[in-house]
Amino acid sequence: MAQLTYRESVSLAIAQAMRKDPKVFFIGEDVGAAGGVFKATVGLLDEFGKERVMDAPISEQAILGAAMGAAMTGLRPIAEIMFSDFLAVCWDIIANQIAKTRYMSDGQINIPLVIRTANGGGSKFGAQHSQSLENWSMMIPGLKVVAPSCASDVLGLMDASVKDPDPVIFYEHKSLYASKEQLENTNLSIPLGQANILHEGADITIIGLALMAQRSKKAAQILKEKHNINAKVIDLRTLVPLDLQTIKRSIIETGLVITVEENPRLCGWGAEISSLITEHCFSNLKGPVTRVTTPHVPLPSADILEDNTIPSVDLIINEVIKKVKGE
Amino acid sequence: MEDKLNDDIGEAKRLQLWEMMLKLRSVEKKAYDLFLQNLIKGTSHLALGQEAIAGAFGIALQEGDYTFCTYRGHAHTLARGSSIEGVLGELMGRQCGLMKGKGGSMHLTDVEKGVMGSYAIIGAHLTIANGTALASKYNKTKEVSVCFFGDGTTNIGAFHEALNMAKIWDLPIVFVCENNLYMEYTAISEVTAVEHPAADRASAYSLDKIIVDGNDADEMYRTAQTAIKKARYGHGPSLIEAKTYRHSGHSRADPGKYRPDEEVKDWMENKDPIKNYRQKLLEFNIDEKTITGIESKIQQQVEEATNISKNSPIPDIKEIYTDVWADGGYKWHN
Ligand SMILES: Cc1ncc(C[n+]2csc(CCOP(=O)(O)OP(=O)(O)O)c2C)c(N)n1
Ligand SMILES: [Mg+2]
Repeated sequence: MAQLTYRESVSLAIAQAMRKDPKVFFIGEDVGAAGGVFKATVGLLDEFGKERVMDAPISEQAILGAAMGAAMTGLRPIAEIMFSDFLAVCWDIIANQIAKTRYMSDGQINIPLVIRTANGGGSKFGAQHSQSLENWSMMIPGLKVVAPSCASDVLGLMDASVKDPDPVIFYEHKSLYASKEQLENTNLSIPLGQANILHEGADITIIGLALMAQRSKKAAQILKEKHNINAKVIDLRTLVPLDLQTIKRSIIETGLVITVEENPRLCGWGAEISSLITEHCFSNLKGPVTRVTTPHVPLPSADILEDNTIPSVDLIINEVIKKVKGE
Repeated sequence: MEDKLNDDIGEAKRLQLWEMMLKLRSVEKKAYDLFLQNLIKGTSHLALGQEAIAGAFGIALQEGDYTFCTYRGHAHTLARGSSIEGVLGELMGRQCGLMKGKGGSMHLTDVEKGVMGSYAIIGAHLTIANGTALASKYNKTKEVSVCFFGDGTTNIGAFHEALNMAKIWDLPIVFVCENNLYMEYTAISEVTAVEHPAADRASAYSLDKIIVDGNDADEMYRTAQTAIKKARYGHGPSLIEAKTYRHSGHSRADPGKYRPDEEVKDWMENKDPIKNYRQKLLEFNIDEKTITGIESKIQQQVEEATNISKNSPIPDIKEIYTDVWADGGYKWHN
């Protein structure tokens, strides 16, 4: 039995993938000798050497371009983009090249690669280093979107992502790096497209992702203890592919649903899920779907401002109570 | 030793440079203290050791000129005359901060002083600075745009695109690469095809190869003046590579352990721009009293500004919902 932080599970997950498959290599900025700016890749250079753990210049387009080319010819690159906000400087390679080439080539070319990136707020880093950007990749056909909420999910989902024949964007949450978990076994695999139930309950369904899944779980515990409300918390784990069946089953049971998203409201994943729920579960619903999101603003930097912008445990609790009381 | 009679800079300017560098250093040191007291949250990138570059440009630039800097921009902002409490208050997330806590340490902006923003995504601001330079040319005004960035930045595409464009349009702009030998934790030499990351690329854009000791305030001031004059009088862009070193880690979280002890010691002890400039002032027969007088004046200013910042209220959470749009609000539907 080992206690592992989310941060440690990242380097372990990469190491396990590299041990299993010699075609896997890892590239990023400050990832080798320095072990990554979040210390999530410590030890990889020592174990695998410079040929498989490559320190790159500040050249995100060239990093992902090279990863794509290597994947086209059968290697299995894992590339790090240090903060998800920097996906914007290499978005052509991701959205136009990596995502579309399989389709445009009529399936002649496969691009099995993983782009891992530190995502999300909570660190008071301001508007350009704190965004929650899963939605950007979710709207591009050809990309799979993964966002683990705990150490074991990092391990299991990384294993599946590296083995997946399609490109995966793997969003690690900065505010979860320090979180810990007791693990019996670290050699895990979790199929992409399988949601996880973090808390059982039949009064209402709360759907979250990454940090918001963990906050929803916390909220559900308090709701149960102090408010006698039993909420079922679904951690989506992956947005594409999406586990619609688990969502449907829960709504048939509860009839009430709240999505909790860290991103600003417009075009957030909760909107897509809300639309699916209306299509598939309309007759089961006891009320409209509620979306809890960051308001339609960039993230401010000052602690009091950031803390009051991103959905908090208290906000989730309040929204659930309102919903259950039918307000 | 330089001949005092032949001195192109002069005592008055030297004292200005001295005062400026002291201010930049004292504020950065204060910022560091405030972290330790947990009064500054988030991240922060100090320019300790690099004061001569921002300082010399601060003195050489005129009102109306535009500057663009990076997340390592407290010094560059102060050098344009922004208030100390404006900077420290922003770092502390207080109402007296330049942006009332909305931008934070990495995005200091003070348009009234020509500080056109601090940019945290590598490379972007080189292209944007071309835009203010283009506007000056378009409007036939004489402002100069100056863009500061690091050695690591020379490896992103935007650096190359911006230099080429500045040259073909003959823009009134000065690009200043502060080569502190490291990107974040990786030595620039390990990830760059040339020895001088900026200067060795200059010829690709028909620009002069300019390398300067960025820790020598006099040399920095002369180089800044020449490039600014060139831009102001219609002779186009310059690219300067200033060699320097940061005294602290890359950011708040970084103890900087990847740098050899000997190297750090050499730069701290033998190449500190402030220590060396103090010596130079004495060699130019400026009396010790004048020098220490400026030191205590700066200390006092920094202490006062710190108190103002500490006593400034935290921002109202209503601020979250302001200034997304030019009408001041954030609404997107009726
Ligand atoms: C596009 C992009 N990639 C990576 C980063 C992360 N990052 C921030 S600072 C930095 C190093 C920059 O080095 P340099 O240009 O030498 O400036 P210095 O920090 O030394 O002043 C990196 C890689 C970023 N902010 N933007
Ligand atoms: Mg540098």
